[in-house]
Amino acid sequence: MDLATIVQILESTLRLATPLLFTCLAGLFSERAGIFDIGLEGKLLVAAFFSAAFAFYTGSAWLGLLAGIAASVVFALIHGFASITFRGNQLISGVAINFLAAGMTVVVAQSLFHQGGRTPPLSGNARFERIDLPFADALRDVPVIGPLYSNVLSGNSVLVYLGLLAVPLTWWVLYRTRFGLRLRAVGENPAAVDTAGVSVVRMRYYAVIIAGVLCGIGGAYLSTSLAAGFVKDMSAGRGYIALAALIFAKWRPWQSLVAVLLFGMLEAIANRWPNLDLGLITLPNQFMAALPYILTVVILAGFVGKAIPPRAGGEPYVKER
Amino acid sequence: MPKWADVLLVPLFSLVIAFAISALVILAIGEDPIRAMELMVTGSLGSTYGWGYTLYYTTNFLLTGLAVSIAFQAKLFNIGGEGQALIGGLGVALVCLFVPWPNWWTAMIGAILASAVFGALWAAIPAYLQARRGSHIVITTIMFNFIAASVLNYMLSHVLRPPASMDPATARFASELRLPRLADVLEPFGIAFSRSGPANVMLFVALAFCVLAYVMMSRTKLGFEIRAFGQSEPAAHYAGISAFRIIMIAMLISGALSGVMAVNSVMGGPQRLVMNAVEGAGFIGIAVALMGRSHPIGIIAPALLFGFLFQGGSELAIETTIPREMIVIIQALVIMFTGALDNLVRQPLEAMFALGRRKS
Amino acid sequence: MIADVTGGAAADAAPAIELRGISKAFGPVQANKDINIRVRKGTIHGIIGENGAGKSTLMSILYGFYRSDSGEVLIDGKPTQITDSLAAIRAGIGMVFQHFKLVENFTVLENVILGAEGGALLQPSKARARKLLTQLADDYELSVDPDAVVEDLNVGHQQRVEILKALYRQANILILDEPTGVLTPAEADHLFRILRGLKEQGKTIILITHKLREIMEVTDEVSVMRRGEMVATVNTADTNPSELAELMVGRKVLLDVQKTPAQPGEVVVSVRNLQVIDRHGVERLRGIDLDVRAGEILGIAGVAGNGQSQLLEVLAGMMPGTGTMTMNGKDMDLSLRRDNARTRREDSIAHVHEDRHRCGLILDFMAWENVAFGYHDRPEYQKNALLMDNAAILEDAKGKIERFDVRPPNPMLTAESFSGGNQQKIVLAREIERNPDLLLVGQPTRGVDIGAIEFIHKRLIELRDQGKAILLVSVELDEILSLSDRIVVMFDGKIMGERDPEQTNAQELGLLMAGVVGDSVTGDAA
Repeated sequence: MDLATIVQILESTLRLATPLLFTCLAGLFSERAGIFDIGLEGKLLVAAFFSAAFAFYTGSAWLGLLAGIAASVVFALIHGFASITFRGNQLISGVAINFLAAGMTVVVAQSLFHQGGRTPPLSGNARFERIDLPFADALRDVPVIGPLYSNVLSGNSVLVYLGLLAVPLTWWVLYRTRFGLRLRAVGENPAAVDTAGVSVVRMRYYAVIIAGVLCGIGGAYLSTSLAAGFVKDMSAGRGYIALAALIFAKWRPWQSLVAVLLFGMLEAIANRWPNLDLGLITLPNQFMAALPYILTVVILAGFVGKAIPPRAGGEPYVKER
Repeated sequence: MPKWADVLLVPLFSLVIAFAISALVILAIGEDPIRAMELMVTGSLGSTYGWGYTLYYTTNFLLTGLAVSIAFQAKLFNIGGEGQALIGGLGVALVCLFVPWPNWWTAMIGAILASAVFGALWAAIPAYLQARRGSHIVITTIMFNFIAASVLNYMLSHVLRPPASMDPATARFASELRLPRLADVLEPFGIAFSRSGPANVMLFVALAFCVLAYVMMSRTKLGFEIRAFGQSEPAAHYAGISAFRIIMIAMLISGALSGVMAVNSVMGGPQRLVMNAVEGAGFIGIAVALMGRSHPIGIIAPALLFGFLFQGGSELAIETTIPREMIVIIQALVIMFTGALDNLVRQPLEAMFALGRRKS
Repeated sequence: MIADVTGGAAADAAPAIELRGISKAFGPVQANKDINIRVRKGTIHGIIGENGAGKSTLMSILYGFYRSDSGEVLIDGKPTQITDSLAAIRAGIGMVFQHFKLVENFTVLENVILGAEGGALLQPSKARARKLLTQLADDYELSVDPDAVVEDLNVGHQQRVEILKALYRQANILILDEPTGVLTPAEADHLFRILRGLKEQGKTIILITHKLREIMEVTDEVSVMRRGEMVATVNTADTNPSELAELMVGRKVLLDVQKTPAQPGEVVVSVRNLQVIDRHGVERLRGIDLDVRAGEILGIAGVAGNGQSQLLEVLAGMMPGTGTMTMNGKDMDLSLRRDNARTRREDSIAHVHEDRHRCGLILDFMAWENVAFGYHDRPEYQKNALLMDNAAILEDAKGKIERFDVRPPNPMLTAESFSGGNQQKIVLAREIERNPDLLLVGQPTRGVDIGAIEFIHKRLIELRDQGKAILLVSVELDEILSLSDRIVVMFDGKIMGERDPEQTNAQELGLLMAGVVGDSVTGDAA
């Protein structure tokens, strides 16, 4: 394998990991606050559609992004309404949200564009342009570092960099601010937060809204950056892979980055080599596609370090007598 | 609130809300909801042709709904019906392709057994991980859905695909293995039924499973223990009921039932195994179980309802600009209102009943 | 006898807390009825009452968990609306709950500042809190490592964190709900020292408990609650335990059970060197030896949490242990590799679990199903190899419900819809009518009304008189004293000694329960 191939793989890893990263961080905020979110997939999908649709109409990827975020936040609020206000089953609500998104996007897309559930292809300002980082050209010829910097890191959509910034930001919010302390506490023991005079309901709504915003950016990236338009079911299970990454990362921000890069790389490799010949055995791309899920099951089984979810996760908060 | 209200009124009102919102969606995309409803009814219930499809889908949902229900009774959320049915389908394909069955009914029994075993095995790993290692079964069964899809994809594109074909699908099964359709079953009784609908004898098998499941849950020690465990794990422990045993058995039964669903959708449908053999029936099973309050007989009506929606939705897509995915929205709304937002309906109902009691 | 001391003497200063006419109902249950109380500043005020007397409801109203249906709350003489916990905190009220409200995987410091951070960033908040904690630790003997993770602390220290939380919020009024339930006597003494220290600094303390000893030891005044009503407020110095007990129960001596002397027979169950380490690695039983004979009731006295629950669960096959246990001469498998709760039932051991809501009953099952629960695999309940005989179970349930006077006598009602006493009767009917050679009973009358208590006690004596062995665990000393033929006292997973109920009294047992004194070397009650 030559350097050019490695660079290619890394470049595509970063691009494929970005939607996973936003979605994974979304799940992190929600689940750290005690709200299980298997509706990540649906929020990602609905954001992808509305971003593409608005980008198409307005010709602006940025307005598309805002629309995607808004749509995703609406879905997040539905989840909050069901699981926080009405103390419903968070898992069932998540399942419903995924179906709602799967159905809604196609029905609306069909009604608006009559193209079998797609949006028309986006071009120009309706997509996020690639940004060249400073000195990308100057450093291009430096051995090893040059291609890594100029080809892998540089020349990506602004959302990729936003995603990379979101990781330290998430860490800082979670562990260095009052908001983060309360958010983590509400996912571990909501009664402690409640008796300390802080509203559990409000904290949890904040968390699901943040999750909505992050999924919104992830979805916008899918349809206006990674691809050029929306197609039916374009999230293609990424919400679930992000969920897997979140478990893999044991609900921590930096580890989330590592997990999504790993899973992104698996996807990049599977795309590059449909049948990966390792000499002794040939790995079909189906195996690579299944690998994130298999790895997550192994982690869940606790054979490689136990993944302990936030303790109050999935439980609606009810004041005890 | 009396029990009948909880069992009947809550799902009914939830359904009404879900339908009302769906009607709004249809309005919003510029179609007429009343006409849409008419089309759905005539398309699915207005002819034996329509019934032939409606009951075919109903059969799928009876089995997956039953699968989810049995797990729910043990307080296990088996969201992996989709994967278990896919792997069950693999079992069906293998026995249909490689065993020289003398006739359809031996083949059907063989396929039921194979699909049950395959489905159960696919559920066994998440069940074991839940029972022994405490791994959250919702997450593991989701993961196993994706792994199942990859396994099937691999099997269909690398192993079972006939050499000449480009389709990721198996060869067609021998024509003797074709399951008798409702037309064949009803003919001796002098009832004319359309030959094109794929509804077949598996409908009766599925109904028989519902009855069997009902008897098991209400009249056997195992059912008693599953229900006890589902209601209170500590109490079950106190009674000497093994958590490991109940989790394993409930999930194996659940996985087996999901697997058997593939007999209908593979042997009774296209006669070969294709990638989307399950068509989301595993997930619809969740909606069916929620509406049927996880009761083996209670799920029959919601399974029929979803059969109607599925067939009606297809007709809708043909006759109007409303795409087939409209039924996915309805399904989502039903799951949301009967499963997650049931308090939205239950609380006002409870208040009404309390008021009624005070006045009387 | 009962003087309203709060009225006259302290009229000059407004009371720290005054409740006027507080009422609160949950559906048909009147949890608080027209409660009036005045708590003087700088005193320790006890509120005592039986389980279910309404103490916790009252305190939940004070802390904004519930809104009262009527009545008003005055803090320092000012009418105050306590709408939620935040309002309570602002009014200077701090609460130490029976079940701590701590984030277990947070540090002490993080728990203390949670909700009272004083700024958007954590670092400065933590620095401020660290300084204040050191000071509080010096002032009140409240030292806890601020960087320790809460789940690594023992309960006594966790409780200190709760107190620190309240003090950090500058609470002037501290409410403690059953604070010693989980503490060892030494920890409890330490707590009382802390409370006295706080009082000297001018804080007002409300101590909710059902333990008379604590009331007598630390409080200045005591209010007694009974069935949702405040029946009296007295100066602690002017009263005595028996008067308080009478006020709590509402009639002179309770629990005087009529029974003939025991006729102990053969040893039914014999336990040697029983040891249990629980899932968290805590040693719960440290070498228990005991025998129970046919025709006797062996009572186990002790403060809750000293291993009694584990003892019952191990003997009942619910929890593994080490050592030996023989039942009717047969070795039991304590490791539970072969045995479980079901095989124990087959070996004629019946078990009335101390927690009937969590274990003894399936609340959503109907009464008749609960009558079969645990014995549902018995041949008489089967129609054939496959099916259960539901009609036979229903018939059996009807008989048991009648003989145990369960009200309403309707086997089709869910267990949840019965009162506590009637639920307990369902459990007892199921277990006693099996005629077990050994009956394990935990807290048989917890949350049970007086009428049902007498009935339950009578049934236990009857079973004894039929020559069965009974092992009774109760935290109610009176119950132990009146029912038992022999009493052993447990403390910290060990048996401190054995006493004859005819020749001992509450004081002596209390000392054993506190672990202050113990019988020689082995503590063998065999």
